[in-house]
Amino acid sequence: MKKSKMLVASALVGLSGWASAQAIDPLQLRSWAAACANCHGTAGVAQSGMESLAGANKDDMLKKLLDFKTGRKPATLMHQLSKGYSDEQLEALAGYFAALKK
Amino acid sequence: MQRRQFVQTAGAGSVLGALGMVTGCATSGGSGGPHVVVVGGGYGGATAAKYVRLWSDHGIRVTLVEPSAAFISCPISNLVLGGSKTMADITTPYDNLVRRHGVNLVRDMVTSIDPDKRTVKLAGGSELTYDRLILSPGVDFMWDTLPGMAKPGAQDKVLHSWKAGPQTVALRKQLEAMPDGGVYALSIPLAPYRCPPGPYERACQVASYFSKAKPRSKVLILDANDDVTSKGPLFKKAWAERYKGIVEYRPKHKAVDVDAATNTLKFEFNDEVKASVLNVIPDMRAGDIAVRTGLATANKRWCEVDFLTHESRAAKNIHVLGDSIQIAPGMPKSGHMANQHGKTCAAAVVALLTGKQPNALPIYNNTCYSFVSEEDVVHVASVHRYDAAQKTMVTVPGSGGVSTAANELEGRYALAWARNIWADTLA
Repeated sequence: MKKSKMLVASALVGLSGWASAQAIDPLQLRSWAAACANCHGTAGVAQSGMESLAGANKDDMLKKLLDFKTGRKPATLMHQLSKGYSDEQLEALAGYFAALKK
Repeated sequence: MQRRQFVQTAGAGSVLGALGMVTGCATSGGSGGPHVVVVGGGYGGATAAKYVRLWSDHGIRVTLVEPSAAFISCPISNLVLGGSKTMADITTPYDNLVRRHGVNLVRDMVTSIDPDKRTVKLAGGSELTYDRLILSPGVDFMWDTLPGMAKPGAQDKVLHSWKAGPQTVALRKQLEAMPDGGVYALSIPLAPYRCPPGPYERACQVASYFSKAKPRSKVLILDANDDVTSKGPLFKKAWAERYKGIVEYRPKHKAVDVDAATNTLKFEFNDEVKASVLNVIPDMRAGDIAVRTGLATANKRWCEVDFLTHESRAAKNIHVLGDSIQIAPGMPKSGHMANQHGKTCAAAVVALLTGKQPNALPIYNNTCYSFVSEEDVVHVASVHRYDAAQKTMVTVPGSGGVSTAANELEGRYALAWARNIWADTLA
């Protein structure tokens, strides 16, 4: 269920990460997220052939991003891009896209 | 698809509201709210125009000055030379910026900028005033480094095809007209230049065409640099394995002159080379208008900017984007990067015009795909973040990298990337 996924996500990023992620300025977060739009579409709604991020489940997205970062999940380039962000930044981005309309 | 488009439109504000802004912009010109003028509708300028409108909730008026009827993408244009894509495939109209986002599109060229009066003069005779100017003029060529190219007709015969458009079509025609057994020679300038891996991708695309249509022909790469400047091992593997006997790579060949009449290229230290089709990518610098305005303060070639806002270090209220800027360490001159500059700048301009602080920590990425054949692709990716101590963008340690090998999956992702970045820039 959703609650257990939340717990997993919290455990992965650590409680301090969770707290600092809450403090990120919304406009700053909007700009960080806009950098993903080149491939994943304006406001996370992608054109064909690429995954849309808008409205996706936050915990699933965060797990995927962290798995890319650690190399647990194979990728063509997301393993290289995810390493450019802290776990807290990835969590904030996952939260941002999850809150957008599909 | 239709539903998504509707959501995007609706997401930009009410549909009626957006339409109201279009007529308001097109007719009023001077009234109500701050005015941003964007010069140049490429990856940088078009993105900035769209995002200033989006992020100001249509409160800031935006005029985009662009001479071309439509956007033609440099990325993917090498596939037109290779024959697997057409000009229509890489062309996108500006309609959505106008209809969906209420950008006032002026099809003209800026001839001069007055930073004190905050005005720009257009070739058509009119003048625009701005609160902030976003300048994204791309590159222009340093023809004086190749004196022979000033001769009448030289630039019609020896093409650069480094701005996608009529020269892309003309070079394809030269390749089609070339007899089998001919030599296509490609001259590459010293870095920095627009799109570091672009010339090497072009060599692959022409070789791919030759391997099918003219198998006795050669691709001769004459590179001013000491070695391949991007994705070197991946390109060299493609030339050695896929295009054995077709591609020859010669580093340290700095072109110093061209005799267009005989298709001959002259070098600083090496013997001259004569080719059936000569394709010369000249040295380049910031677009003419940026240079004329005194913004190209780095080696008189590139425009230095504050990476938090993209405001020029030489002139207040003028922001410079894309290939024209003095790049930060590890930052390529690419369409993807120009699009990122466009959004970084748009956010900062909206903040500055509404009394807010610009984002103090920009983070963005670059992704660049190169087609080594019609289907197989290699990439280079990087993540860039602002470093407050150095006051520039730096690559994040441990991030980024290249493909392990050319592959078809990334070929599909490359085309999806193109669809997405074109939509992010223009739709």
